[in-house]
Amino acid sequence: MTTQVASSEHKKRFEDPVYVFEAPVRIWHWVHALSIAVLCVTGYFIANPLPALQGEASDHFLMGTFREIHFIAGYVFTIAFAVRIYWAIVGNKYARELFLPPIWQAAWWRGLGDSLKHYALFSRKSTKFMGHNPLAQISMWLFNVVLGLFLIFTGFALYGEGLGLGSWADQWFGWVIPALGGSMETKMWHLLSMWLMLVFVVIHIYMAVRADIMDRESSVSTIIGGWRMFKDDRPWRMRKDPRP
Amino acid sequence: MAVHETYYEVMRKHGITRRSFLKFCSLTAAGLGLAPEFAGKIAHAMETKPRTPVIWLHGQECTCCTESFIRSGHPLAGDVILSMISLDYDDTIMAAAGHQAEEILEQTIEKYDGQYILACEGNPSLAEDGMYCMQAGRPYTEKLKHMAAHCKAIIAWGSCASWGCVQAARPNPTQAVPIHKVITDKPIIKVPGCPPIAEVMTGVIAYIVAFDRFPPLDRQGRPLMFYSQRLHDKCYRRPHFDAGQFVEKFDDEGARKGYCLYKVGCKGPTTYNACSTLEWNDGLSWPVKSGHGCLGCAEDDFWDKGSFYDAVTNLTVLGGAEANADRVGGILAGAATIGVAAHAAASVVSHMTDKNRKESSND
Repeated sequence: MTTQVASSEHKKRFEDPVYVFEAPVRIWHWVHALSIAVLCVTGYFIANPLPALQGEASDHFLMGTFREIHFIAGYVFTIAFAVRIYWAIVGNKYARELFLPPIWQAAWWRGLGDSLKHYALFSRKSTKFMGHNPLAQISMWLFNVVLGLFLIFTGFALYGEGLGLGSWADQWFGWVIPALGGSMETKMWHLLSMWLMLVFVVIHIYMAVRADIMDRESSVSTIIGGWRMFKDDRPWRMRKDPRP
Repeated sequence: MAVHETYYEVMRKHGITRRSFLKFCSLTAAGLGLAPEFAGKIAHAMETKPRTPVIWLHGQECTCCTESFIRSGHPLAGDVILSMISLDYDDTIMAAAGHQAEEILEQTIEKYDGQYILACEGNPSLAEDGMYCMQAGRPYTEKLKHMAAHCKAIIAWGSCASWGCVQAARPNPTQAVPIHKVITDKPIIKVPGCPPIAEVMTGVIAYIVAFDRFPPLDRQGRPLMFYSQRLHDKCYRRPHFDAGQFVEKFDDEGARKGYCLYKVGCKGPTTYNACSTLEWNDGLSWPVKSGHGCLGCAEDDFWDKGSFYDAVTNLTVLGGAEANADRVGGILAGAATIGVAAHAAASVVSHMTDKNRKESSND
């Protein structure tokens, strides 16, 4: 898997771009990002409401509006997630990375070591990976798949409480509430997960911008246009990404 | 087998008129949320079915369930049900005492083996072989197991029997456990609350004796008719919640105007009970109506969920310190931001030194 390609063969200063992120993946990414932003803001204000509004109750619907937007954004997040799963099946190999980091491959672990060393600033040059590097893959998997699913499950469980017992959300996700120790706990874990998602967002944005600037590889533009390129002719230590 | 009395016969013996009896039946049907024709069905059942004896046991508890029960808002329902069950065994309110009282238990087992309802108030303790709760010279845990072995079904009264409640709160020195942790082979209906609402208790008993089965239960074994909605869902202050009008402090303008108590820790949005519809003491009031948030007493482990005045439960972080999700999350997100900034700075420094080295080597 780690075919070495001699750098001498590459005369070009810039390598040929590769089409990595197909349109559905890119659209999903931005829909996902937008829904997370909306969910975090509305969710925070549902847990910690703004100072009380004065006047008649019938004049306002602030919490109701926050909740409404939160629920709609939750649906968007979940449906986008479902579509993304579908695309992982029919899309290219980079679409599968998110769900199945190939941790059973020795090359993947070597790559993880390389990435850790690179980010710990022991090695200046990053190892080239056409998709995400293994460290990024495992973070994406933990924060987007595991945490994302946890947010979906706890979120719809709480939503089911409002819809009522016997509603579809209660039937599908209601079991989460007793499993987590009650409605209060479910709410607490849902809220804490939001903060973990924000931790991810901070690191994710930093890493993406950093890759563009410091590692001389396209990153931000890739999730906009889909094409991935390396702005130097350093050799590939790993020409092909490990893949399932 | 001896012919057992029906409920109706017992009631008549206690001087209840037929008119009152029928009123009770229709009230019960209405209270249970059943269609009008069920009043007749309940009456028919009460007239024809042999009375199911109820044995009421007390474990580790404060007797608030009994206190609530005997103050049933509907004197009629309360009297009727009470006279039905006081005939058997309830050590708080029965006339018999000592050996006489304990004999009733054995007699009931002999006479009604597998037919009586075991209503448990309070819970057993497991530590020190149950020595923390002794009754008639033996641990309550043993008494409970003995009586449960011969019963038909169990009613777990209150949060003690349903979840564990205060005696099971950390650090739980007596190792108090809810009934379902000790008795696993009998159907158990949970009627949580500290105490449960009197009408909920009489309603549950009435349903069981009238229909000879448990009412429909939720996932955790609570009767749907009383525990399928949160207080929040039927709270009369809900419009203030939706509007975004909250009490910030107990002495502010919002408190005077009766705004939503969510921000001062009301547990209504996470508590399943019928307080906001049935209310307490014959519909006199309930916590939110009196201006204080719900404590969530009908929920599992409500003592261990942090302050009664926090809107979000606390989580125990490393070292046993308690902090709420927003604080922990805020610290994590802040740490991530600082970490990212530090990493960026370190990367730039590393990049520059690298460049300088290269340039100097080129020179």
